[in-house]
Amino acid sequence: MAAMKIRINCKTYPAAGRSFAKPAIADFSLTLKAGEFVCLVGPSGCGKTTLLNILAGLDKNYDGEIVAGHSTHPKIGYVFQNPRLLPWRTVRENIELVLDKQTPASMIDDLLEAMQLTGVQQVYPERLSLGMSRRVAIIRAFAVNPDVLLMDEPFVSLDAPTARQVRELLMQLWQQRPHSVLFVTHDLREAIALADKLVFLSASPMRVVREISVPVARSERNNETAIEAFRQRLKAGYPDINSLL
Amino acid sequence: MPALFGFSKRLTALQKLLPILSLLALIAIWEGVAVSVNSHVLPTPYSVALVMWQAIGSGQLPYHLGMTLLRLAASFTIAMLMGSAIGIVLGRNKRLNAFFDNWLVIFLNVPALVTIILCYVWLGLVESAAILAVVINKLPNVIVTVREGARALDQDLLDMARCYGFSKRKMLRHVIWPQLHPFVMAATRSGLAIIWKIILVVELLGRSNGMGYQLHLFFQLFDVASILAYTIAFVAVIQVIEILILKPLDNSAHRWRR
Repeated sequence: MAAMKIRINCKTYPAAGRSFAKPAIADFSLTLKAGEFVCLVGPSGCGKTTLLNILAGLDKNYDGEIVAGHSTHPKIGYVFQNPRLLPWRTVRENIELVLDKQTPASMIDDLLEAMQLTGVQQVYPERLSLGMSRRVAIIRAFAVNPDVLLMDEPFVSLDAPTARQVRELLMQLWQQRPHSVLFVTHDLREAIALADKLVFLSASPMRVVREISVPVARSERNNETAIEAFRQRLKAGYPDINSLL
Repeated sequence: MPALFGFSKRLTALQKLLPILSLLALIAIWEGVAVSVNSHVLPTPYSVALVMWQAIGSGQLPYHLGMTLLRLAASFTIAMLMGSAIGIVLGRNKRLNAFFDNWLVIFLNVPALVTIILCYVWLGLVESAAILAVVINKLPNVIVTVREGARALDQDLLDMARCYGFSKRKMLRHVIWPQLHPFVMAATRSGLAIIWKIILVVELLGRSNGMGYQLHLFFQLFDVASILAYTIAFVAVIQVIEILILKPLDNSAHRWRR
């Protein structure tokens, strides 16, 4: 079953001054299967964040159609590039705020534990490191039990060991609670480590250049040699993607 | 560096005493000048304290102070509620703001005395005219301050809340209000300072009780001791409001800051 069918004929931003409005996204179509982890890889500035904002319902000014499962209002979990936590609410309150009052407290406890944040749940976000804030944002997105989980480069500007740690935590969490994920990144190694399927995107106007499944077993995803080997094969097999990285 | 530590410790102890010392110095200067001038237009601190004590005992001072505080509370509440609402709307809607901006500029620049006189002329010497005059004087200030806050709202957080389906109430309480709070507090502080000055003029011109009315009376009698006694009582009450209500509100809202 498809978790989400995306078809965007055209998305333009209003032009500045007299110049013509250039389309940011054109003839874009993508199908996300239920429980599938898809990484969108493309050059920076190509329109990935614009796409996620459209899918999240934050941007309604486009020509196209988004169909999600059986619902026209899919439940979305969104991990933004910046964590976007409310600084005046504690870590736990930030998570509770996106939930119904009936949600059992144990669900939040479990998520906090999975992300190793139990100790800081009563802390205000300003006291957290960036890596911790990102983990809170990931919990918040998982907590709503979304139909589709959107992630916009959630590990960017983390140092390599922290990024790796958060990535592994995310992977564990996702394996415990499978969701359909659209994960934006421009780091091919990160994409291979996470994805069931890689989707390569062109520079503006953005469209899908290639969809490639990742055959690396889940148990091998922490193995850097396996990741690197697949990356080399990919670059050799599809020379056209080199210009998109 | 033990010497330096000793120095800084003494400094903090001194710093704590400084406000009290400065107050005592002010009273001492007042006493000195009053004694050397020796005139009934500048009574000594002691005679003012005596007058204040008598005025409190007779119930006159509490009554008039109470009337003024009631008017202050009523006009302040109305001005803050209306001003905040209008400020939010203007801050979030460019067209409405472009339309009403000139009105604001005009009202900001109309002298307080003019609004007071016009309110009394148009509505008569009644309580509602007095309150309205104060509200009109204060409203533009609140609107302008809160409008700045509403303009500066963090779009990223608003988007986050929208994406996670926050209800209007939740949005207002958890996302918008905490961001507006510093601006509303600024409007409250400056508002209190403006209102209690205007309210005395309002009472002086058209009411038969309250601080302004009493001051007018004392002025005609050249009773400077009573004028000073009432003034000190009023300043003290405003300080108590600041310490007991505004400071705790500020602290509770800022507990999340590093």
